[in-house]
Amino acid sequence: MKTLIIACGALAREVLALIELNDWQHMELTCLPADLHLYPDKIPDAVENAVGVARDKYERIFVAYADCGTGGILATRCEALGVEMIAGPHCYSFFEGNTGFAARDEITSFYLTDFLARQFDAFVWRPMGLDKHPELRDMYFGNYEKLVYLAQTKDESLMDAAKIAADKLGLEFEHRFTGYGDLEAALNF
Amino acid sequence: MSDEEDDLILDELDDGELVLQMHDDLYDGMADEIDEAVRILLKRGWLPYDVLTKALVEGMRIVGIDFRDGILFVPEVLLAAGAMKKGMGILKPLLIETGAPQLGKMVIGTVKGDIHDIGKNLVAMMMEGAGFEVVDLGINNPVEDYIDALKRENADILGMSALLTTTMPYMKIVIDTMKEQGIRDDYIVLVGGAPLNEEFGKAIGSDAYCRDAAVAVETAKEFMARKHNQR
Repeated sequence: MKTLIIACGALAREVLALIELNDWQHMELTCLPADLHLYPDKIPDAVENAVGVARDKYERIFVAYADCGTGGILATRCEALGVEMIAGPHCYSFFEGNTGFAARDEITSFYLTDFLARQFDAFVWRPMGLDKHPELRDMYFGNYEKLVYLAQTKDESLMDAAKIAADKLGLEFEHRFTGYGDLEAALNF
Repeated sequence: MSDEEDDLILDELDDGELVLQMHDDLYDGMADEIDEAVRILLKRGWLPYDVLTKALVEGMRIVGIDFRDGILFVPEVLLAAGAMKKGMGILKPLLIETGAPQLGKMVIGTVKGDIHDIGKNLVAMMMEGAGFEVVDLGINNPVEDYIDALKRENADILGMSALLTTTMPYMKIVIDTMKEQGIRDDYIVLVGGAPLNEEFGKAIGSDAYCRDAAVAVETAKEFMARKHNQR
């Protein structure tokens, strides 16, 4: 069954890695810009547009987004469009495994994935204006205690980047190897 | 900013020019300049309340409009707020001494499970600037904290904030508990936070969803006026 995965750009590498790893030859990937996460209210419309463009060309479409700050609106939209999506609140949760993530109930942790470790400056530091005004750091992060790097791969350069990010934010560092977590099961249909 | 403006001597400006300059300096997040200008106006005999409302609150109102319209973004608003906070730091003790109109009392806090307080802090600051007494409960508040504070402080308004879609449903738990205790209608309940909207505010039984700090102030004033009219 020819299937299209419409994914958040922050998941592109991981989805492609899983397609290759599992030899899912029926799957193709298209991505929406990862910076939509800066404006989560724009995600449902962007997904709907992408589904509309692809609808006639694929037998099945899967949306590789979790709720991602849309407050259930993306789930409602996907249901109306008749497409499935990933369960859970966000990628930090499904990478760690939704059940385990919820059980930890960590509210003072700031998370990085491989994507965010690689793109920390572009997706965290600069959009928050911290490149120009580092004095704002504690207004944003003063209530956080640690940075948790949820690693999908074993990559020393990303580990170093995540450690540098934690240092820049003034947070303790913790590394957790998650692999692809619930993402692999979600795509394995 | 040009070199000419860099050389501006605030004390040489007349009152009207200085207030307009303060609006510009707030907009640009220039805390030291705001500090200096507040002291100049006080030295010239301005009442602390007038400095607060005509210079600082009005300046932040302009910042709020441009934030709403997508001209300014969060970092710029935070810098402006930092500048206003510096000015407020000078004025606050003087306002207590000289007295200022009190429009009502608000208990405000971020809900349980949520540690994000930027929006809540902005609302608290603007409410104070507008003449409300604010009791700030901080972050990660369980329902008991809100209800205890409302009773203890004899407050008029409850303000709840959440940044996460996973924590915003907790606002309903607080409101439902207030209903169970028969105290819901004793308070004005305002809610806010990035993922919220008007529909959510209605669905959980709040009095109003406030999209930003300026709206929170105006909404609080309207509800307080209605409350007084009902007495």
